[in-house]
Amino acid sequence: MVIDAISNGIVLDHITAGRGMELYHILELHRLKCSVAVLTNVNSRKMGRKDIIKIDEIIELNFDVLGYIDPGITVSVVRDGKLEHKFGVELPERVENVIKCKNPRCITSTEQEIPQIFHLTDREERVYRCIYCESRAKGKD
Amino acid sequence: MDSLIDIRDLSTQEIDELLAVAMDIIADPAKYSEKCRGKKLATLFFEPSTRTRLSFEAAMYELGGNVLGFSEAQSSSSAKGESVSDTVKVVGFYADIIAMRHPKEGAPLVASMKAGVPVINAGDGGHNHPTQTLTDLLTIWREKGRLNDLTIGLCGDLKFGRTVHSLIAAMSRYTGIRFVLISPDELRLPGYIRKDVMEKNGVPYEETTDLAAALPRLDVLYMTRVQKERFFNEADYIRLKDSYILTPDKMMEAKADMCVMHPLPRVNEIAVAVDDDPRAAYFRQALNGKYVRMALILKLLGVK
Repeated sequence: MVIDAISNGIVLDHITAGRGMELYHILELHRLKCSVAVLTNVNSRKMGRKDIIKIDEIIELNFDVLGYIDPGITVSVVRDGKLEHKFGVELPERVENVIKCKNPRCITSTEQEIPQIFHLTDREERVYRCIYCESRAKGKD
Repeated sequence: MDSLIDIRDLSTQEIDELLAVAMDIIADPAKYSEKCRGKKLATLFFEPSTRTRLSFEAAMYELGGNVLGFSEAQSSSSAKGESVSDTVKVVGFYADIIAMRHPKEGAPLVASMKAGVPVINAGDGGHNHPTQTLTDLLTIWREKGRLNDLTIGLCGDLKFGRTVHSLIAAMSRYTGIRFVLISPDELRLPGYIRKDVMEKNGVPYEETTDLAAALPRLDVLYMTRVQKERFFNEADYIRLKDSYILTPDKMMEAKADMCVMHPLPRVNEIAVAVDDDPRAAYFRQALNGKYVRMALILKLLGVK
């Protein structure tokens, strides 16, 4: 299967196989006017199978969300047909309005306007805790 | 430090400084009686807690300051649906410092982000209650003369007891601390506290269900209430409840200089007959709460 190379845009590579569509929705890529290609189950020497997203425009992306959902992702920014920048995303120290606290005793359960903020408390185990009540939300595996 | 939301916000050096100020207040209260003249403390108690609120108010009055506030949510604007953020923004215009108790976990943290004046967490649900922990630390300091090299027994409901969790977090930072965790299996200390706090800091501990057997080894015994509603069935409660009641008989097994603490209110977990034992420190502990809150108010207001 051939997908055109992009001349100005972003490629999200090394997405865990099966997670491409989830990222597509979370990043709200369906709102974009440009072409977006979601490739699933692509052969990968490193990962066996992987997903790839190609976005035919250089847009602002929330890398914290990417890092939280799937910290192995590689981001390539292509400008005028050339690779301008390539980097990996990491587990973010803090994510805002990405995870919702499920603790019914947490202040965020009754006061909806408070931002939902979680911080990373254990990088090895990928544990995030609500900054208000310290309830645990595990990072996506 | 602008606010005190969690006991872990304080370094051991800051805790030691607060305790030193509290000790100085105890030694010479007159020296502090005008320190907060013209300052106002707002006590915003969205749920009732007479003891804690009166302790804060007495602390501010003894510093020469004034107090305003409310003692239950029904008499506040939250009954009309106002958010914590909006309430404290306004209160921040009227008061120099806020002490807040709220049934929702994290409410005082939200308040500290919005108030514009220092906020003291006076208890947020079952989550944090840092001034209780400071009270406990001052009590251990006064009763034992040190905060290191102690074997501390924690007895009762170790699963839900927030005072126990905070005390473990605070004491684990001192050297030579050893914990004896005494509880029924149903109310054991949560695994994450054993792992994240004690094991991470290399603090030795043992777990037992037998209070009487543990007593002779303890320098401090911290009692908490075993609540009936925590048990899955009544038979278990009836089987276990008496094992965790401290009586004069059991006190005979304890060291001559052990001190008995309890965050109060006590129901029946310490027999009234123990009150006359000089090792019973729980009422002195309540008094210490006022002194340590005085020291904290001074620190947060930047008053020397």
